[in-house]
Formats: sequence, structure tokens, C-alpha cells
Amino acid sequence: MTRKAKAAIIGPGNIGTDLLMKCQRSEFIEATWMVGIEESAGIKRAREFGLRTSTEGVDGLVAGFDESPVDFVFDATSAYVHAENSRKVTALGATMIDLTPAAIGPFCIPPVNLDTLLDTGPAQNVNMVTCGGQATIPMVYAVSRVQAVKYAEIVATVASKSVGMGTRDNIDEFTRTTSSAIAKVGGADEGKAIIIINPAEPPLVMRDTIHCLTSDEPNEADIRSSIDSMVAEVQRYVPGYKLNNAPIIDGNRVTISVEVEGLGDFLPKYAGNLDIMTAAGLRTAEMITQRRQV
Amino acid sequence: MDLTGRKVTLHDMCLRDGMHPKQHQITVEEMVDIAGALDDAGVPLIEVTHGDGLGGASVNYGFPAASDETYLRAVVERVSQAGISALLLPGIGTVDHLRMAADCGVKTIRVATHCTEANVSRQHINLSRDLGLDTVGFLMMAHMISPEELLEQALLMESYGANCIYCTDSAGYMLPQDVTDRITLLRKSLKPQTEIGFHGHHNLAMGVANSLAAIDAGADRIDGSAAGLGAGAGNTPLEAMAAVLERMGADTGIDIFKLADAAEDHVLPIMDEPVRLSRDALVLGYAGAYSSFLLFAKRAQAKYGVPSHEILLEMARRRTVGGQEDLIEEIAIEMAAKRG
Repeated sequence: MTRKAKAAIIGPGNIGTDLLMKCQRSEFIEATWMVGIEESAGIKRAREFGLRTSTEGVDGLVAGFDESPVDFVFDATSAYVHAENSRKVTALGATMIDLTPAAIGPFCIPPVNLDTLLDTGPAQNVNMVTCGGQATIPMVYAVSRVQAVKYAEIVATVASKSVGMGTRDNIDEFTRTTSSAIAKVGGADEGKAIIIINPAEPPLVMRDTIHCLTSDEPNEADIRSSIDSMVAEVQRYVPGYKLNNAPIIDGNRVTISVEVEGLGDFLPKYAGNLDIMTAAGLRTAEMITQRRQV
Repeated sequence: MDLTGRKVTLHDMCLRDGMHPKQHQITVEEMVDIAGALDDAGVPLIEVTHGDGLGGASVNYGFPAASDETYLRAVVERVSQAGISALLLPGIGTVDHLRMAADCGVKTIRVATHCTEANVSRQHINLSRDLGLDTVGFLMMAHMISPEELLEQALLMESYGANCIYCTDSAGYMLPQDVTDRITLLRKSLKPQTEIGFHGHHNLAMGVANSLAAIDAGADRIDGSAAGLGAGAGNTPLEAMAAVLERMGADTGIDIFKLADAAEDHVLPIMDEPVRLSRDALVLGYAGAYSSFLLFAKRAQAKYGVPSHEILLEMARRRTVGGQEDLIEEIAIEMAAKRG
């Protein structure tokens, strides 16, 4: 067994703490730093797990970096502060995995384009798109790798309790970033994203509908097997990712519906939208580490 | 009830909510013709957008016969006294759509969220206010929460810069007392200069009665639709609403006979089928489901052989909100599988 790569997590909130729990199980990644801007429950918890902590933001990490360096930094803060965090961290030679919607670096949907990203060179900063993007773009790609998709549209329905103020303050960013990644990464000529927030109690598990309009008549058998193998790929890091029904094929429309249940590490299980972000972020760091060790 | 001398602003919905029963296929020519007739009748505000608001053109909700921009430019050009409004649902449309609508000459922007999710509307309400537009916060499915909870959300929208707040009965579920309770509390607690509106659906035939309750409790604006053209059993029939208000001595500025002509001679001829209180519409109002689910349930019935009203009941039972049309086909598949 080779040495685990070391990682820092910026943002000791729900997302950062869930990521920490996932790192505890990882064969490839060990979380060694938790970075916040003040004392908090998340910082205290990280300390109890034996992590080094900073309560002075990323500057605390920079100051202690020589003593305790890391290979990866996960940014689970906000788009507003991400650029500065990224600049400081990448200057030290660590790879930034951006869980915010800042999208400075290339979009990364691990089972779709991480290999390609790594082939084209060592990215210093990769962006994890949005929760809706992580949940749906693998399905768009599963269709577009079989045949041309002229338009893909996704509808993400999420529990109100799983949508934080960052997303609410700038919901257009979700729409824009996801739409753009549906085309750029998913391989559709044009992308559109819709998000619906439902406050029902008990909270509903994240549900996504993916509509693809193919240029020619859909090749049902090939599309179904492509979808099945992609679902299995995503299940490697999100076991609660599942197809709701067989894909609906109606003319040149292919409609896929998935449910995303989280692992319930720190976030509740219904918040599959958040779980798939932390799981995809960790998966990215793991795949990069595996590559580096070959 | 004494409404003598009350000024009430009636807002027509047939070119936006009416897009639902028309599957968003109203042509630009029909829009211009109807808007012209409503304008001539003195209707002060006319909404023109895809049924699901700006940017609603989609596989999920339906692609319209023309773009929002084409509709808006054509209608703004035609009307002389009426203001044109556009609806925007954050999560579907964005501030880019809002800027486009403002550029087309829209006077009013209505930013709609589910009644518990007002805090997704801040950036859109801020921008609309900054552009100097009449800015409305539109709280949908308002029957699902208490008057106190509705007020909390209304206060958020007011704090973002909305100058008018709507209590929106998207399911046509409310009874007059429900309306009275909500509007009374909003009127008591919002700033005196903030206007209050009510948007009804006629699924339990309560459109006019509920709107009167709203006005009596302090509402300034009432939504309705010429010939009732809107989702479900349609909106409050605007010509009936205007006639009732005139009889009661309220002031709407509308010529009743011209409005009746607009409904009869311009709106009725474009209907694909009569908008009426069907069994499906009744279920929407009785159980509390979003009115635009109706046609989707009918399509699912045709495809999967499951009764549309049972699908709608299930949508209500799952406490779905506006925009969850994509669940309808899935529910139909599940129900069909259970039936074997």
C-alpha cells in the first residue's frame, strides 16, 4: 500500500464535515487540515479527528504548509472567496478541488471527463460544477456517447432543507453553470437546467429528470446499455444513485429519471445533492492520486 | 361587504396562464389581437409570457409557438394604455431573461416562488426594482402554509424591494375564509405603501368569491383571465369579476361590454377545448395540486392508461410544488405497473 495523499478542507460546515467523514474511509486520501475563519463546531470536530486546524482562513494553512504540506485542497466555501483561496493554494503546489460554483478551473464530472482532463495535463484547479450537474451530466454523456444529442435539459428537484443560502442568493449561477456544463462536458449541442425546491416533510430525496433530444432516431438498445454502465460508474462513489425507471423513449426524446440518496455520513440521506458533490470531489482526488502513483 | 369607491387593479392572465391549456401554442398574431382587445376595453395590466414564465421554453414544460421576446415586443407595440407584465420563476428563468423583458418595454415583473422559498428571489427582485419596474413578489401554492408563515415570506420579498405581494392560489384550493385570513394579515403587517394581490384558479368555482374576499380584506390587485383562459378550470373569469365589481360600485376603469367582447370574440375562438370545471380540475382544487399539471396528467392517461384524476390526486398526496411536471409521467408508469 502506497502512502495516502494528504488533503486540506477549507470550510468546516456541513459540506466540509461530510467530506472529512468520507476521507476517513478513503484508501488514497487522508484529510490532515481543516480550515475555517473562526472557532466552530466543525473546527472542534476536525480537531477531535486529529486534524490540524486553522481559524485564520487559508492564510493559516499557508503559514503551516511547510510543516504540514498537502497534495490537495478542497474548497467548500463560496464562489466569492474561492479565487483568492485558489491563488494562494496553487502557488504552494497543491491541487485545488473547487466545490464552489466559481468555476475558475475546468469542469470535472469524474466518470465523464476526469481521464481526459488528466491526459491533457495537470490541472491546478478543477471545478465540480453543481450538484445538479454531478447528478445528471453522466446521463447526458451516456446518451451523447452513443449518438448525437442536439439538446439536453435537466430538472433537479431537491429538498428545501438541502439548499443553503449560497445557492439561494445566486440561484441563477446554478442554472447557468449547469447549462454550460451539460454542453461542454455532457456533449449536448445545447444545454438547459431547471431547479425546483420542494419543502415537503419528511424531506424528499434528490430526484433528477434528464431529457435528451437526439438528432436521429434513438438507438434504444445501445442507449440503455450505455446508461446502465454509467449508472454503475457513478455508484462506485455514490452507492445511492439509481435509475427510477427504464429510460422513456418517445420520438427523438430520451427521458431518464434518477434518484440520488446520500450515504448519510454527516449530511442527511435525502441530501443526495450535497453528498454527490463531496463524493465526486473526493473521487476526483482519488483518481488523480491513483494516476500519480502509477 | 361594501366596496363602494374602492380602486381595484384587474390584471389579465389569458396570455400567460392561458398558455397552459394552449400548450404554449398561442401565435404572435393571436396574442396581438387579444392584447389589443383587452387594451381597448381598458384592462390596465396584461401578462404575456410562456406559461411557466420567462425561459419556460423547455422539453419539460413545452416549447412555445414563439419566443418570449417575440411575444413581448409584438404586444408592447400594440397596446396604448395597458401595461405589459412578465412572470419569472427563479430556477427556470434568470436575470438575463428579466433584462430582456425590460428591454422589450415590460412595465411589471412578477417574481414567483413556491410560498416557502421566497429567499431564492432576492437577485431578481433587486434587479427589477433597480431597473425601476413595478416589482411584484408572487407566492405560489399559498394554501400550503399558514397565514403567519406566508407573512414571513412576504416580508422577505418586500425587503428585497417588491412593491406588491401576491397571495397565489395556484391549486384553486382556497375557500373565502382562507383568503380573508391571509390577506388580512398581509395588509396589517406589510408597509402601507406595499400593494397586495390575489391570484385565483376556478377549480372549485371560487374565483370571484375568493377575489371579493381578498379585496374586502385589503387587496389592491386581482388576477383574472378573459373567458377564464388559464390552467386547471382557468383563472377567475375577468369579465365576470369586472361586472361584479362595477355592480358593487368599485372602480376598475374597465368597459364591461368591451371586455365581454374581447372574451367572446377574441379569446374563446382560440381555445382548443372549453376551459371548464372538469373532473380533473375539481380534483386539483379539492386536493390542492398545481393547476398546470392537468394537461400533463391527461397526456399520461392517454399513454399509460391510468386515470388522470388519480395521477393528480397522487401529485397532491406527495405534496408536489409548481414545476414538478416531470414527476407525472413517472407516477403514471408506477401506477400502470401496479395495475399490471
